[in-house]
Amino acid sequence: MAQTKSRFDGSQTYVATDDLKLAVNAAITLQRPLLIKGEPGTGKTMLAEEVAAALKMPLLQWHIKSTTKAQQGLYEYDAVSRLRDSQLGDEKVNDIRNYIVKGVLWQAFEANEPTVLLIDEIDKADIEFPNDLLREIDRMEFYVYETRELIKAKHRPLVIITSNNEKELPDAFLRRCFFHYISFPDAGTMQSIVDVHHPNIKQDLLDAALKSFYQIRALPGLKKKPSTSELIDWLKLLLAEDIPAQALYSSDEKVVVPPLHGALLKNEQDVHLFERLVMMNRNHR
Amino acid sequence: MPVSVREFLTLLEALKSGVIEPSIDDFYQLARMTLVKDEQYFDRFDQVFGAYFNGIEQIIALQPDIPLDWLEKKLQRVLTDEEKAALKKLGGPEALQKRLEVLMKEQKEWHGGGKKWIGAGGSSPFGHSGYHPEGIRIGGESAGNRTAIKVWETREFKDYDSDLALGTRNIKLALRRLRRFAREGSHLELDLDKTIHSTAANAGMLDIQMRPERHNQVKVLLLMDVGGSMDDHIQRIAELFSAAKTEFKHLEHYYFHNCVYENLWQSNRRRRDQVTKTQDIINKYGPEYKLIFVGDATMSPYEILSPNGSVEYNNPEAGAIWVNRLIDHFPHFAWLNPEPESVWQYRQSIDIMQKLMKDRMYPVTLNGLESAMRQLSK
Repeated sequence: MAQTKSRFDGSQTYVATDDLKLAVNAAITLQRPLLIKGEPGTGKTMLAEEVAAALKMPLLQWHIKSTTKAQQGLYEYDAVSRLRDSQLGDEKVNDIRNYIVKGVLWQAFEANEPTVLLIDEIDKADIEFPNDLLREIDRMEFYVYETRELIKAKHRPLVIITSNNEKELPDAFLRRCFFHYISFPDAGTMQSIVDVHHPNIKQDLLDAALKSFYQIRALPGLKKKPSTSELIDWLKLLLAEDIPAQALYSSDEKVVVPPLHGALLKNEQDVHLFERLVMMNRNHR
Repeated sequence: MPVSVREFLTLLEALKSGVIEPSIDDFYQLARMTLVKDEQYFDRFDQVFGAYFNGIEQIIALQPDIPLDWLEKKLQRVLTDEEKAALKKLGGPEALQKRLEVLMKEQKEWHGGGKKWIGAGGSSPFGHSGYHPEGIRIGGESAGNRTAIKVWETREFKDYDSDLALGTRNIKLALRRLRRFAREGSHLELDLDKTIHSTAANAGMLDIQMRPERHNQVKVLLLMDVGGSMDDHIQRIAELFSAAKTEFKHLEHYYFHNCVYENLWQSNRRRRDQVTKTQDIINKYGPEYKLIFVGDATMSPYEILSPNGSVEYNNPEAGAIWVNRLIDHFPHFAWLNPEPESVWQYRQSIDIMQKLMKDRMYPVTLNGLESAMRQLSK
């Protein structure tokens, strides 16, 4: 077995705060699933990718939709192909194993090394979904009725679960997890996040951009506040268009609509609100 | 705060496994992570944790009897980063405690802004409002450097507590109770699982099973009180309404003032000229609509009970008659009252309305909404 690191300390491309590192390391040491919540765009899904890369473990991803069933993560019995093969008289039809399609959990259980298993946006699924996975995540085993065999994990995978808070999760499920809430980064953390993504950005442009970003976030009544990923995209646009820092605050101290603000505000009501506030501010001076 | 034995055992296991350094910051993070599973309880956790550990800190801090005027902040020492880096840690709580005892014997008077004595605004490990990489805070406020063991005091998760305010998010969660997927209607789709089962049971002869397509069929008729005593509640009701709009396929809303009479209206600006007869609404919407009244039911009893009782015009029939007509037609009904439940008993009109509603009046809190939704989906 390859030597794996057992501690996560952030990575070159991902800034992890101390409490987040502690949460990941506790989940690794105690082999419990880690539930991550937080505002959209705070890097919940990225975390699993970065942990997998930092610990050099393969990453298995399971993206949940509203129609996803717990069973699909274990295995699916492809009855339709079997039916077709039986009509055609195919030899394969005699062995039911040919028609069992392995799900993500099965792949994680039978892997020869520990893996990172990401269950992304678990709240999208039906309310019963997490309950259906309790035993599998707890005991790391499940039973295949069609072939009458018990699948047991060779290595406990590190399970990372993300949620956007659209549904409340059942208590029995929560009890088994560690929980971490990613708060919106403060200005200092944000600066280091930006440094990771745009190492060559000019300091004055960054200062001006961060200032307008936090100003926009502080506006009352926004339907959707801009998040970290939107800030990164916006900075990318600013750099691509080679916009000078002066454009973000004009010389006569007036508030301006920052260029390319469409990258930050994704809703036309928000854009209107913002423009109206800027206009009002101008008239006041 | 819901915490189970299992979670407590997990915390003990985590402590035993040595995943954290023996520091109070890490312990705080670890305890929160294992015991609290919802950010709405973070604030409560912070308060309890703070209360408990403040006590312990005070035991340490109170043992030596430090005169209060030593701690008076008269000047603030400003340190450069090099100076900060040069400050040495004394090496753990025990060393700090010893040093404090020594100082207690030697110090005779006020010392502020310095680096040795107990005082304020300096870089000594003892006192407050200053900077030291590892110190004991005695009195006063932290200077905001956050190296003192004080994360939980900022209470940054206050906004997430569900008891404080009923935000749009909570309302949405409660309203989801009402949204049930019912299978009903004419569009059919192939039920693959059932087909496979019945084909197998049929010894391999194909037996196709169909089922109706799934769609959201909850229909809601929302009647809302506007104006007068409802003005205080407008913001909360607007939130409720904006949450409701995205939740249901069929949502019809009408306004009334204080009590329902023979006319309702859909736009507040044109309430004088564009009214809808209540009888028309009863005829138009079927009994499968769920009827929700929103109002504070705070008015004079005459406005409910007697003809010509309305404050605005002369109504030929009493409000109670119209309420009864509505709830006779719509068997699923509830009344949401934004007034706190504790004042209900002192208002005669609320009592009358509660009786008319057959005790189906609920407060606009998360619990109240949940009971109302449960009632409506019966």
